Amino acid sequence: MAVLLSDLKIGEKAIILDVNIEEIPLKLLEMGCLPGNNIQLLQIAPFGDPLYFNINDSHVAIRKETAAEVTIRLEIQI
Amino acid sequence: MHNTTIKVALIGNPNVGKTSVFNQLTGLNQQVGNYPGITVEKKEGVCKLSASSKAKIIDLPGTYSLNANSIDENVVIELLLNKNDIDFPDVAVVVTEVENLKRNLLLFTQIKDLEIPTILVINMSDRMTLKGIELDIPYLEKELKTKIALVSSRKKIGIDNLKNLILDYKNLSIEPCLNASSIDPDYFDKLRKAFPNQLLYKLWLVITQDVNFLNLERNEIKSSFTKSHADLKRLQQKETIKRYQFINDTLKIGQTIDKSKASDFQSKLDRVLTHKIYGYLIFFGILMVIFQSLFDWSSIPMDFIDETFANLSSFAKTNLPAGEFTNLISEGIIPGIGGIVIFIPQIAFLFLFISVLEESGYMSRVVFLMDKIMQKFGLSGKSIVPLISGTACAIPAIMSARNIENWKERLITILVTPFTTCSARLPVYAILISLIIPEKRIFGFLSLQGLTLMFLYLLGFGSAIFSAYLLNKVLKLKCKTYFVVEMPSYKIPMFKNVGINVLEKTKAFVAGAGKIILAISVVLWFLGSHGPSKGFDNAEAIVLKSNKNKTISTEELENEVNAYKLENSYIGILGKTIEPAIRPLGYDWKIGIAVLSSFAAREVFVGTLATIYSVGNHSEEETTIKNKMAAEVHPVTGDKIFNFATGVSLLLFYAFAMQCVSTLAIVKKETNSWKWPIIQLVFMSGLAYLVSLIAYQVLK
Repeated sequence: MAVLLSDLKIGEKAIILDVNIEEIPLKLLEMGCLPGNNIQLLQIAPFGDPLYFNINDSHVAIRKETAAEVTIRLEIQI
Repeated sequence: MHNTTIKVALIGNPNVGKTSVFNQLTGLNQQVGNYPGITVEKKEGVCKLSASSKAKIIDLPGTYSLNANSIDENVVIELLLNKNDIDFPDVAVVVTEVENLKRNLLLFTQIKDLEIPTILVINMSDRMTLKGIELDIPYLEKELKTKIALVSSRKKIGIDNLKNLILDYKNLSIEPCLNASSIDPDYFDKLRKAFPNQLLYKLWLVITQDVNFLNLERNEIKSSFTKSHADLKRLQQKETIKRYQFINDTLKIGQTIDKSKASDFQSKLDRVLTHKIYGYLIFFGILMVIFQSLFDWSSIPMDFIDETFANLSSFAKTNLPAGEFTNLISEGIIPGIGGIVIFIPQIAFLFLFISVLEESGYMSRVVFLMDKIMQKFGLSGKSIVPLISGTACAIPAIMSARNIENWKERLITILVTPFTTCSARLPVYAILISLIIPEKRIFGFLSLQGLTLMFLYLLGFGSAIFSAYLLNKVLKLKCKTYFVVEMPSYKIPMFKNVGINVLEKTKAFVAGAGKIILAISVVLWFLGSHGPSKGFDNAEAIVLKSNKNKTISTEELENEVNAYKLENSYIGILGKTIEPAIRPLGYDWKIGIAVLSSFAAREVFVGTLATIYSVGNHSEEETTIKNKMAAEVHPVTGDKIFNFATGVSLLLFYAFAMQCVSTLAIVKKETNSWKWPIIQLVFMSGLAYLVSLIAYQVLK
């Protein structure tokens, strides 16, 4: 099931399905935010924004509105 | 046997310890300058490789890829694309970090495409066992077509091996490690046929971004091979995916990670440091410690320096042959230099704290913690870095705003940063506070003077934030809100890195400010000891005449003559002219001169007063600047000049006014227009005048 990255909960892991190339800066793509890569939400800042992810083994924080431009598939917890 | 020099470029992502590798290779054999025409720091150093050869090493600005986002990153591509540049490297050393190898290798594969001999440094190798990471070096060397140096710049491991690899650079492969052009074979085939003599990847970089390379052909390349912005970006995405595929495949075999060994130290610390309560408490606690220590700890060396320069000045006066030149030295130059040397301890402390916060990785957590709040004021979490380093100096602070992706947030940050209390304000604050605030302690440990200083810092931050809020309402700019910040792993700051950083920054600051202060001191001294009218030359006769009916001692007479001379000197005339404008703020004409000359640079204030008072006052007891200021009384009423109301008014004036030519120049450079620095100058100085006026009128 496709979900938005901004809806992920702390600790949840997912796989990136697609990124909105118009809205996502190239720099974020280069950090590993690309279709097929793993992503996990590590922390949410106070007041709910920004979000702190582990993207393809890189630790990166982005704003919620940017995260809303990325669709993901939740990884089923074993 | 002749000596050879190998040119080496150090390239790498931010936070991989590139600078510590540079420091290990060069030691103190390094110099910091600027790239011509732009304000990007250029670090160069020399490293001895063997008896007969050495390397000239350039530490290039940190970059995540060759697709540049800022002028700092542009420097990297422009150098690597230009074979005719005198700094074009014989060998590129790409520094990566063992824990972030995957992401760090992206840049490596791009550099390899430029067909420059490349060495791969994997730094922080001492953390491998701790993190359960194993690397198959021969396999990685084969796949990546390079030589690998496992280095720990912290433990000084592997540096000699790296030196040997540099020495042996001619044996390095220059073959790219993957074929990126397969993302769109037709397009790249055409490109290759049109420009058979050029490297394909270079052409691609020229097409996708704004770099200066082969200007003649640039238009030709652009016109026949242009694509829409979206198409280009799609291709760049494909290229990036392709590179990551290669890297993931290579690391799958070449790297094994035992996840059970990976400690979650970082996530535990993150949970505390970015906690909604503890996070802020810790942050403000750290700020408290910084500011309290600035006033308390640095006062010891500062008092010592103050005394030393006062002694030096009187030593020069008594031991050099009397005359114009001696006066210039003892009254102009020595107090002027003293005015700057005195705040070296505070500047060094500030740079030390900032450098430790950056090196440890804590600064990124503050950025994360503060972003949402800062957004409300039209700023970015990344504005925290300029606002904090603005407490050292606004110039590097404004430059550090470059990594704010959103133009509006960046512009507002640049405009409000000069409100933060920079170290040039410190000597002014320090001397005024010590004159008007009693040396008491509350609860036995909080010094009242320290608290006043802290209040002035908070006032600076407060005005910055408040002005940002106003600007955010006024400025009508639509920008995409990009915000990407890497959260590096925590590290204990390395003494060598911090030390070199503090040393370099302090040196640059003192040299820069010193030149201005020296020049202004000399000019002021000249203007203060020369006058246009006959009145100045005949001062003695005039004073004698007006005192004809009284009996006064020779000392009193001398003082009166000097005071008369000063009032009729060029500077006295100038000061008297502006006095009506500054009288309502509680300043006399001498302070007025100091304030006026501070528009070149704030720190001139103390030196100026020192110079003016030295010219006018020749009594032997009042040697330090502070004592001279405290002894200054109104000629008619006999009241102290530096009373509470005037002191507060001055403090507020310096808190708000835009008195720094260098900052205005850097704002012009960074915003590419005179509009913003002029607005800054008028708004800030107008505000300063208004606030000081109100303060003085209420308090007097």
